[in-house]
Amino acid sequence: MSQALSVSTHPPQIGSPRPKVRPGRVVSYVALIVLSIAFLIPFAWLVLSSFKESDEIFLFPPKWIPTKFYWSNYIQATTVIPFLRYTLNTLLVAGLVALGNVLSSAFIAYGFARFRFPGKNILFIIMLATTMIPYQVLMVPQYILFRDLGWLNSYLPLIVPAFFGSAFYIFLLRQFMMGIPYDLDEAALIDGANAFQRFRYIVLPLTRPALTAVAILSFQGAWNDFLAPLIYLDDHNLFTLQLGLNLFKGSFRTDWNLLMAASVLTMLPMLLLFFLAQRYFIEGITFTGSKEG
Amino acid sequence: MCLEGSYRTLNRLRRREAWTGLAFVSPGVIGLLVFAVGPFLASGLLSFTNYNLLEPPKFICVANYILLFHDHRFYIALWVTFYYAIVSVPLDLAVAVGLALLLNQRVCGLGIFRTIFYLPAVLPPVATAVLWNWILNPDFGILNAALHFFGIPKESLPQWLIAPEWTVPAYILMSLWGVGTAMIVSLAGLQDVPKSLIEAAILDGAGTWARFWHITLPMISPVLFYNVIQGIIGSFSYFTTPFILGQGVGSGSGTNDAGLFYALYVYQQAFSNLNLGYASALAWVMLVIILLLTLLIFRSSSIWVYYGGERR
Repeated sequence: MSQALSVSTHPPQIGSPRPKVRPGRVVSYVALIVLSIAFLIPFAWLVLSSFKESDEIFLFPPKWIPTKFYWSNYIQATTVIPFLRYTLNTLLVAGLVALGNVLSSAFIAYGFARFRFPGKNILFIIMLATTMIPYQVLMVPQYILFRDLGWLNSYLPLIVPAFFGSAFYIFLLRQFMMGIPYDLDEAALIDGANAFQRFRYIVLPLTRPALTAVAILSFQGAWNDFLAPLIYLDDHNLFTLQLGLNLFKGSFRTDWNLLMAASVLTMLPMLLLFFLAQRYFIEGITFTGSKEG
Repeated sequence: MCLEGSYRTLNRLRRREAWTGLAFVSPGVIGLLVFAVGPFLASGLLSFTNYNLLEPPKFICVANYILLFHDHRFYIALWVTFYYAIVSVPLDLAVAVGLALLLNQRVCGLGIFRTIFYLPAVLPPVATAVLWNWILNPDFGILNAALHFFGIPKESLPQWLIAPEWTVPAYILMSLWGVGTAMIVSLAGLQDVPKSLIEAAILDGAGTWARFWHITLPMISPVLFYNVIQGIIGSFSYFTTPFILGQGVGSGSGTNDAGLFYALYVYQQAFSNLNLGYASALAWVMLVIILLLTLLIFRSSSIWVYYGGERR
């Protein structure tokens, strides 16, 4: 950090004509490269540990590069615990949560973006205010509700709420829809399209970039979620990957090589998603910061 | 006559518009009532009861709140959370802004650097917790190996996550790896600072430090404000990492409860001890603390947050 700040605090003289290579620039690059390495070391340690033999795990000082790469660690990690099953479970839950959020939030956002009705602003403000309530306040009554519905030990408590919209995504989509010109709706209205048709065929296709962002962010959120599955799922066969990894950690306390292999496997899909869709992650997050800030 | 007719048509159209709009937002209203407002109120009511899921809730007035004042684990949870928040919120913010400043200099390879710094923040917290558990392993972890390499004798290496005094510092260290989100938000804030202001300051002879202090910092203060509030809320709802790392140590929260974060304590009371009424009281205290802190920061914001269009 001190490095990062010093870069901007002691630059060459400004005002004099700029030389081609400013020393400040070099310092910036050095700082960026050093910090990048610091951020990457945990990944390197993770991946290298995951290939080590159990004897090589417990060395001090540690050995970076394993003498032999044990790919079998990955096979072992995926067989001692039903990893494939957990992956499919997680895909199912995260996929349905993303679908629910996209469908319902778009539908609701359209109502807020295009119609006037009494109490609209108050309703919208209440909706946004609920995002300030920490999950810890809601989790006990929600648990009781889902127990009374007989939904414990099923995916319903994880999935069903997504089909009723999520305040943050509604907000995001509403802002986006309000930027779509009204003329298009009006033209469709004159052509006799009803409200749902205008939503489905005019506004929704134009909202696609924001919908993709909502799909990706909510998929990621559901994939990474730990607390809600921990509360609702008891049956090991229903476990998501995060619960599976936790179970793994409990039962193979000292097999760090296997644990690292399992961690790599649970991270991999998110790494992939991130590299494919980084733009949407950044846009989604930037949106939060700039609009609520 | 004619006018009256069109008024009626207009009214009919208005009403129709209102009903259509309501139809579209109705799933949201139902969701809001069933999954947020209802549970919110129910939680408030539950906090005045004794409830263990098996017998019906018993009204006990403010007994839970009185109990809370005599519960030493409640104070530990508050202390751990405050300690973590007071150090990690400003530290992470400074690092996030520092990284964003570096990235904002139109560097080559911006995309690569941004990816590297942001990546850890999108990964599953369970997996990153497991990874850090291994990095911080006092005997075989890479961090202590590095400290040893730089000359710290083996016997005085920090016992991360095992010794109580090295528990919260370990969490603070881990939080640094996750500054990516705050960095992205800060970077967006920096990119919104009008170039004309910076150029005007250069013409007036302001140095880099002066420009940072008098232009950049005030211009991004709303973003800092947002990040501080997010950081406080994040500290109070910090659950997954302490849960994973506290497992099997002490009462699931590290040696001598040194890793008993507030959200973890709420979870333990609710789902391990089945004191659902007491857990609700804990959650409400948490809500009030968050609201008070937010209010405090809001109040102070007129001093240190600059909003573009504001009149003074």
